Amino acid sequence: MVTYTVNEDNNPDTVKAKIIVDKVSVAYGDHLALNDIALDIISNKVTALIGPSGCGKTTFLRCINRMNDLIGSCKVTGSILLDGYDIYAPEVDVEVLRRKVGMVFQKPNPFPKSIYDNIAYGVKIHGLASDKEELDAIVEQSLVRAGLFEEVADRLDVSGTSLSGGQQQRLCIARAIAISPDVILMDEPCSALDPIATAKIEELIHELKERYTIVIVTHSMQQAARVSDYTAFFHEGDLVEKGETSALFTNPNDKRTEAYITGRIG
Amino acid sequence: MTLSPLKMKRTHSVKNVIEGAIKACLIASSAIAVLVTVGIIFSLIIQSVRFFSEVSFFDFLFGIEWKPQSVTEIGGGKVSGVFGAVPLFVGTFLISFIALLVAGPFGIFSAIYLSEYAGDRKRALIKPALEILAGVPTVVYGFFAAIVIAPNIRGLGSALGFNVAAEAAISAGIVMGVMIIPLVSSIVDDVISAVPISLKEGAIGLGATRSETVRHVILPAALPGIAGGMLLAASRAVGETMIVVMAAGLAAQLSFNPLEAVTTVTVQIVLALTGDQEFDSAKTLVAFALGLTLFIVTLTFNLLGNWIVNRYKEAYD
Repeated sequence: MVTYTVNEDNNPDTVKAKIIVDKVSVAYGDHLALNDIALDIISNKVTALIGPSGCGKTTFLRCINRMNDLIGSCKVTGSILLDGYDIYAPEVDVEVLRRKVGMVFQKPNPFPKSIYDNIAYGVKIHGLASDKEELDAIVEQSLVRAGLFEEVADRLDVSGTSLSGGQQQRLCIARAIAISPDVILMDEPCSALDPIATAKIEELIHELKERYTIVIVTHSMQQAARVSDYTAFFHEGDLVEKGETSALFTNPNDKRTEAYITGRIG
Repeated sequence: MTLSPLKMKRTHSVKNVIEGAIKACLIASSAIAVLVTVGIIFSLIIQSVRFFSEVSFFDFLFGIEWKPQSVTEIGGGKVSGVFGAVPLFVGTFLISFIALLVAGPFGIFSAIYLSEYAGDRKRALIKPALEILAGVPTVVYGFFAAIVIAPNIRGLGSALGFNVAAEAAISAGIVMGVMIIPLVSSIVDDVISAVPISLKEGAIGLGATRSETVRHVILPAALPGIAGGMLLAASRAVGETMIVVMAAGLAAQLSFNPLEAVTTVTVQIVLALTGDQEFDSAKTLVAFALGLTLFIVTLTFNLLGNWIVNRYKEAYD
């Protein structure tokens, strides 16, 4: 059992860390995008990554499910442990890792397939349903959990791309949870959405953390304050400050954090 | 320093003359290309009309016997039966079809490799190699087909107990296919690159492997564009001349058998216009009718292919 001490001081609350990031640096060619990051991500909590554009928060997020592998010039050093296992170890099956660590992207990206097939796709490629009935059940349950079922129950065969932006994003969340991940990474999931759709997603994030550990990158400090339990502030590749969201927003330790949350940088 | 209004006016007019002259040169250059195209089309149409005053349109388009050399004029009356172009259409179709069977899979697979698997470094090596393939003169391909491929296929055929003609459609078709691979590869590469990266990431993020992503997400999304690309390739194959002149048959034979010698529209155009021919007899004029038919077919394929490819790309913009 790994323990985590909030705010690095004498907080007696010890909670379970799902992911332990240590000494992680990321370079794109000669450019150092992240510099010696250490961060524990707590189980069944929402961790927000904030910071100005280009600070490395999305790069960091993409290290956790090894999406950065797709970029040839990207080199990751250090260790990221998921449930105590190093996800960059050579024997790791990266497809299994990505099933355990799902991702929701900045722009809703449903496949140009039916709503049903969008959700069934991941279940099928991982062989998680033994028959049609089980698959139907998983699809329905995922839609229910993503808060979309009532809106689309009678039209599961229409294309996922015909939904509204907010619905598309919830479809992408449903798609991610259909393969029962432990962790869901969200990369500015509301940046392309209107306020009402954003509110729905935020509400959903609250519900989802009961089952999943959530890491969310956001540009909006209000959003970080609303949805997250912990916040990590990145600036120019450094992890400047981390801690409980309420503490970090009301009483930042670092000048740069203070400057960012009061709107002076970024 | 201030300029007098007069001075300004003069400079201005000199400028206008120069600008006007340059513009006129540019317009003339563009006009030449357009005028020549229009001229070609007109001459095709006019000569075709002359041809069809001697041979019936219906017999040309649907006749199944092609013997241009046996034409006999019977007192200005129409001579029918010898200009039936169906064997040429079938031959052209057969060879082009074989070419697409070769170029389709190889072109598509190489495009998938280039866009999804090869890193930037390998891509920088392979892409120019494919472009060199595209730059080989077709007469070299034709030579290659006639001297290397045809005898080997014939040998292979007889070893397996098949009787393969020396100028079998399959030899010309295979080599033509190789010639078209770079075209298909380059179009499909473009089309695959137009599939939004977000879709690809969606699949990868769900734990799909690379080949699953290609098969389930990229190819279905790229399919309309690939279909358009294949039409452009077909247009190229149908109009290809040198390879078939050298490696395909000369005698018209109505056959769908790839092991037999068939002839094509382009080969017959070449035959009709080479050697000592009077330019006003039907056996020469038929070249224009064939040319016009070819032009209409390739134009249709090109327009349709480009329209599909462009519409597809716009759909993802």
